Amino acid sequence: MDTRFTEEELAFQAEVREFFANIMDEDLLALLDGAEASPTFKEGMVEYQRRLNARGWMAPGWPVEYGGQDWSVTQHFIFNSERGKAGAPAPIPFGVTMVAPVIYTYGTDEQKARFLPRILNSDDTWCQGYSEPGAGSDLASLQCKAEREGDEYIVNGSKIWTSIAHAADWIFCLVRTDNSGRKQEGISFLLIDMSTPGVTVRPIETIDGFHHLNEVFFEDVRVPVENRIGEEGKGWTYAKSLLVHERLSIAEVAESKRNLEQLRELARAEVNGGQSLLDDPVFAQRLAEVEIDLMALEFTEMRVMASAAEGGMPGPESSLLKLQGTTIQQSIQELRMDVAGYYSQAQRGELSADQLGHEFADFAQKMYFRGRAASIYGGSDEVQKNVTAKHVLGL
Amino acid sequence: MNFNLSEEQSMIRDSISRFVQDNYDFDQRNATTALQHGFSADHWRQFAELGWLSIPFAEEFGGFDGGPVDTMVIMQEFGRGLVAEPFLPTVLLFGGLLQAGASEELRSDLIPQIIAGELHGAFAFLERQSRYVITDVKTRAQREGDRWVLNGEKTVVLNGGAAQKLIVLARISGEQADEHGLSLFLVDTFADGVTTTTYRMTDGREAANVRFDNVTAEATIGASGEAFELMNPIIDRAVLAVAADALGAMESLNAQTLEYLKTRSQFGTHIGSFQALQHRMVDIFAACENTKSLLYRAACAMDASDSDAQRSLLALKFMVGRAGRQIGGEAIQMHGGMGMTEELSVGAYVKRLMIANTLFGDADYQQQRFSAVVNAGSRSAVARAVA
Repeated sequence: MDTRFTEEELAFQAEVREFFANIMDEDLLALLDGAEASPTFKEGMVEYQRRLNARGWMAPGWPVEYGGQDWSVTQHFIFNSERGKAGAPAPIPFGVTMVAPVIYTYGTDEQKARFLPRILNSDDTWCQGYSEPGAGSDLASLQCKAEREGDEYIVNGSKIWTSIAHAADWIFCLVRTDNSGRKQEGISFLLIDMSTPGVTVRPIETIDGFHHLNEVFFEDVRVPVENRIGEEGKGWTYAKSLLVHERLSIAEVAESKRNLEQLRELARAEVNGGQSLLDDPVFAQRLAEVEIDLMALEFTEMRVMASAAEGGMPGPESSLLKLQGTTIQQSIQELRMDVAGYYSQAQRGELSADQLGHEFADFAQKMYFRGRAASIYGGSDEVQKNVTAKHVLGL
Repeated sequence: MNFNLSEEQSMIRDSISRFVQDNYDFDQRNATTALQHGFSADHWRQFAELGWLSIPFAEEFGGFDGGPVDTMVIMQEFGRGLVAEPFLPTVLLFGGLLQAGASEELRSDLIPQIIAGELHGAFAFLERQSRYVITDVKTRAQREGDRWVLNGEKTVVLNGGAAQKLIVLARISGEQADEHGLSLFLVDTFADGVTTTTYRMTDGREAANVRFDNVTAEATIGASGEAFELMNPIIDRAVLAVAADALGAMESLNAQTLEYLKTRSQFGTHIGSFQALQHRMVDIFAACENTKSLLYRAACAMDASDSDAQRSLLALKFMVGRAGRQIGGEAIQMHGGMGMTEELSVGAYVKRLMIANTLFGDADYQQQRFSAVVNAGSRSAVARAVA
């Protein structure tokens, strides 16, 4: 049992650290400031992702033949940790971490050649068409249908909660191609060009006050059969097989560590009755509990990675990563709101931070409300617990 | 990066696990804790024969030179089986302090006796008023000629009844809670002026209050006045051990609770089919995994003398307290009325976990120390803001 880095790993760590220090210059940080809530978010992300790609580090987790890196799990861990420390975001996941593995695992050579390089270079922005108005956590009950007509599918229906659809070039969809069997059967995996006639996007206003979610409508949308991944009717299997190989950084430990350090400094500077908020025993206790949970989660993630590296299936603890990661993110967002005090409830609108009189309250507020979604999407907390109870505990 | 045990560590684990299987079902355990001093002398002899008592000691005394991970492996199995024998007080605390601070002569005399299973010891560090502040010491040691004479009382001395010798924390100078001015003394429990009052802890293990009325110490352990520095690493190792013991108990208890959910039938179905119970079971499974992750984190950091060791250990001990209480409470609740009975071992596990919480400071105390460590930093920002 040993978590020390070797000489080579330490050298790699230094290399990654230097890389991120170099690419995260002031211009880029300005574009990304405010994260998803910022109007320059997509522009900043594309620029950032191209800098990653220039170094060959846009998709280190992909197989080497498609542009990935031949790294050990420890190297992946180091890369993600250093990225988080540098305040650099994970790439927008829908292309590089969600659809690409389906394409390189189940796609044809033509599909790989057509889509993967454009994902690496951020030429295409992708969004995910899974959820539907009637199928949220019960994903397999989806109804958006695709009927075969010659070399095309005619798609009719709608998708909902589609992040970034308004800025996307492509959407990968689970669609129903057959209604006769079990609901998991008869689902196919289609790649749809967002500029196809019949595709419309309606923004969904959310309580965080910025636009990231959408509803996507398909009305007689013609999709070439060559845009189907794998076999007809096997889409559910493809989508599900990906869930087994959860993304390495699903718990977002590196991001939470950085957010927590920033929170600590915000709290240190906040004064209540002449005393730093950090010296308030109740606040300190809440902060400590989150930090300790995060320290545990960091090692849970390392345990999962170490067992994956040995070729084993991820251990039972892997089922907890999303649930616990989300809980921690929300706790940090909640504490940041509390640090902002009265200002956490003020709407900044068009005012500058200076005019409003508070530096981070607006960000705290947006991320708090935005963050409530994390325990709903990607399998709600309750679904995560159901899955763990059934598949891990055998209940 | 790997979390695997070495071949030797796996052998130790398997050997303890077999011992537990053969000797520690719940009835056997109850019979064991009912014995004088709350454990079995036969078991202790077996521990010696199997070499387990030698593991943490240096090779020069006949030991195995085991590190934090070795300790962890042993204690986790002991916790799983609710083993009552005093490995923590005799080997890790008493033995650990001897090895760290006793004279060469004493070490080569006493440590082999511990390894052979012939000598029991205990570490007497608590007092009625001290709660978790280990430096709050009123027991005095005074120099009289070439002897040290002790007066005072130490409380909740684990294994204080069976111990032939104690290491006693006493004050030689300074104010009541000062870190400096503390010394450690070796005291024979049969010496004149030593009065031992024994009692049982909730889980059946024995503890004692020990009074010292003009007791002459056999020897000093470590440099005079510097016991704080000497005992801290030994206590850290003991905290890791307690946490490993607790993790073993949590794993065993969770397995029992899970089995109960699968077999207990109500309203025509097994109760584990109810979502309310499923989610609670997932919560305590997660609490156990969190404890395991922090245990591995602390053990690896201690093994590597990493700067992360201190805060990892504080985090771990906090988690042991919080997770232990949650797991214990849920185990009783989900076992229903049966969880309240002495027929099942559930209560014994819960008590073991509650003792683990209090040993060397409970969750609240660890959280405060954790906060003090991680939030330490310049207060100038506040000073500026106030000005």
